[in-house]
Amino acid sequence: MAKKKPADHAAGSGVTRRGFLGSVGAGAVAAATGAASRAEAVPEITDPEEMVAVALTINGRRHRLLVEPRWTLLFVLRERLCLTGSKAGCERGECGSCTVLVDDEPRYACLTLAVEAEGREITTVEGLLVGEELGDVQRAFAEHDAFQCGYCTPGQVVAAEGLLRANPRPTEAEIRTGMSGNLCRCGAYAHIVKAVADAADGRKTGGGS
Amino acid sequence: MLPKFSHLRPATLREALAALDASDARIHGGGTDLVGCLRDRVFTTERVVSLSAIPELRGIAATGDGGLRIGATATLTEIAGHPAIADRFTAIADAARVVASPQLRNQGTIAGNLCQKPRCWYYRGDFHCLRKGGELCYAYEGENQHHCIFGGDLCYIVHPSDTAPALAALGAVCRVSSASATRSVPVDRLHVPPSVDPRRETVLEPDEVVTELVLPAPPAGLRSSYLKIRSRNAWDFALAGVALALVFDGDIVRSARVFLSGAAPVPWRSTAVEAAITGQALDAATIAAAASAAVAGAEPLSGNAYKLALFEGLVAGQLEAIRG
Ligand SMILES: Cc1cc2nc3c(=O)[nH]c(=O)nc-3n(C[C@H](O)[C@H](O)[C@H](O)COP(=O)(O)OP(=O)(O)OC[C@H]3O[C@@H](n4cnc5c(N)ncnc54)[C@H](O)[C@@H]3O)c2cc1C
Ligand code: SF4
Ligand code: FES
Ligand code: FES
Repeated sequence: MAKKKPADHAAGSGVTRRGFLGSVGAGAVAAATGAASRAEAVPEITDPEEMVAVALTINGRRHRLLVEPRWTLLFVLRERLCLTGSKAGCERGECGSCTVLVDDEPRYACLTLAVEAEGREITTVEGLLVGEELGDVQRAFAEHDAFQCGYCTPGQVVAAEGLLRANPRPTEAEIRTGMSGNLCRCGAYAHIVKAVADAADGRKTGGGS
Repeated sequence: MLPKFSHLRPATLREALAALDASDARIHGGGTDLVGCLRDRVFTTERVVSLSAIPELRGIAATGDGGLRIGATATLTEIAGHPAIADRFTAIADAARVVASPQLRNQGTIAGNLCQKPRCWYYRGDFHCLRKGGELCYAYEGENQHHCIFGGDLCYIVHPSDTAPALAALGAVCRVSSASATRSVPVDRLHVPPSVDPRRETVLEPDEVVTELVLPAPPAGLRSSYLKIRSRNAWDFALAGVALALVFDGDIVRSARVFLSGAAPVPWRSTAVEAAITGQALDAATIAAAASAAVAGAEPLSGNAYKLALFEGLVAGQLEAIRG
């Protein structure tokens, strides 16, 4: 079969590809495809019968809630339970600011439907407090200045907690891989790696909480 | 907010298959790709049918004949950390380990990885391009740095899966079920090239579920590997990748299966590299010939000719590494 170039499909559409790209320009193309720039459609009103009852276990507490199937775990945590430690960054699995533990494993709450979290143990950064005190990973981040603006920090702390639960004695390379799903716009990476290493050392010597 | 849908999370495969009979249902494995597509309005759906509560789709286990069965919802983390996979099906562990980020590997399933949607930025963006049912490919004359150098025809994506080339090289077969039938689809025949249909990624029907992957017993002398080059060291899709499954007899390559990622709209079998190394020892001359063969006949687009050098270097480096 002869190769068809896409132009064959342009015939009759009234819009040429060249004209289209010419009119928006490459920069605008990049901006338009950039997820954050897209206006979210106004959500339609939901019938009560479209809500489903779920029981979520979050930071050791059981919550019974009515949710829409389309609600993400991140939305439910922040907007329904006021657990605003988990941050909304990209909402596309690219930045890690929404990281929570699901049965001890770090996951992105922005890509997890709340209905999918039923029956699992969810831990957010709030759940890492020990009473009113910071947990050991949180303390290590504070001691090492492992942040500037702090927006990524809750996700970083939870990712570190998940890493240490799976691998209590990570090498520096393992820390870097383990933390690679969390971006920091402020570039605090060097201090983050030190903080995680320090928290790991603390647990090794039994100083963890 | 995502578009509206109803959600079902049955405990048995039978119920899931029955629920998929409905017109517009979508399968949810780990949801890492599905939720992103819904959020970006790549498509909408009336009903999401989740496989996450179905025990029979989980697990990784040896088969009676020395092969391996990987359940459809086995996560990439489970696969990357499985000792038998690392030891006997190395390319699959290599690939699972470099998919996305730790969080996504904890959630993403192997079947979802094979069936994920393309990453072309027009497709994910607000462009009603050919693959989404529109008339035009915007990438062809637009921004196509990450697009294909082989197999483009109307649409110029690269297939985004890292595990597909590794599974294809090792001869993995998907077991597929619908409410009415069960069939086997080899991974190297799962994906649909745009020359056949630019609006379809896999041969699966909407009511068909991949239930497991079956790997044949590795033959004596098998060595396999997967490596991808990305534009940075944290998570990213492959700019260029290669899966090798070579059966050695002493120094001689007796048989070879070589699949490229980041090259084409489907995992790209490089019969040219296979021919260049089969029956040969991997000496410097053979490796150089194989590296040139890897890009022979490539048709780079306006923005991605840089991939030719990447593939040559990658194939040469991986052949040296596997030679030992
Ligand atoms: C930021 C980011 C980076 C990523 N990087 C990579 C990468 O580097 N390499 C890579 O390979 N992938 C990458 N991915 C893609 C992908 O999300 C994951 O690799 C994951 O494996 C998908 O699995 P899932 O179970 O979450 O899929 P889902 O989102 O559940 O499903 C994906 C698609 O497959 C279909 N599907 C799922 N299960 C089945 C089944 N059993 N039978 C039939 N159809 C099914 C779904 O309907 C859907 O269309 C990335 C994703 C993101 C968001
Ligand atoms: S490469 Fe394919 S997915 Fe991308 S714009 Fe062209 S037709 Fe659409
Ligand atoms: S908000 Fe979830 S990964 Fe960015
Ligand atoms: S501290 Fe600002 S983003 Fe990390």
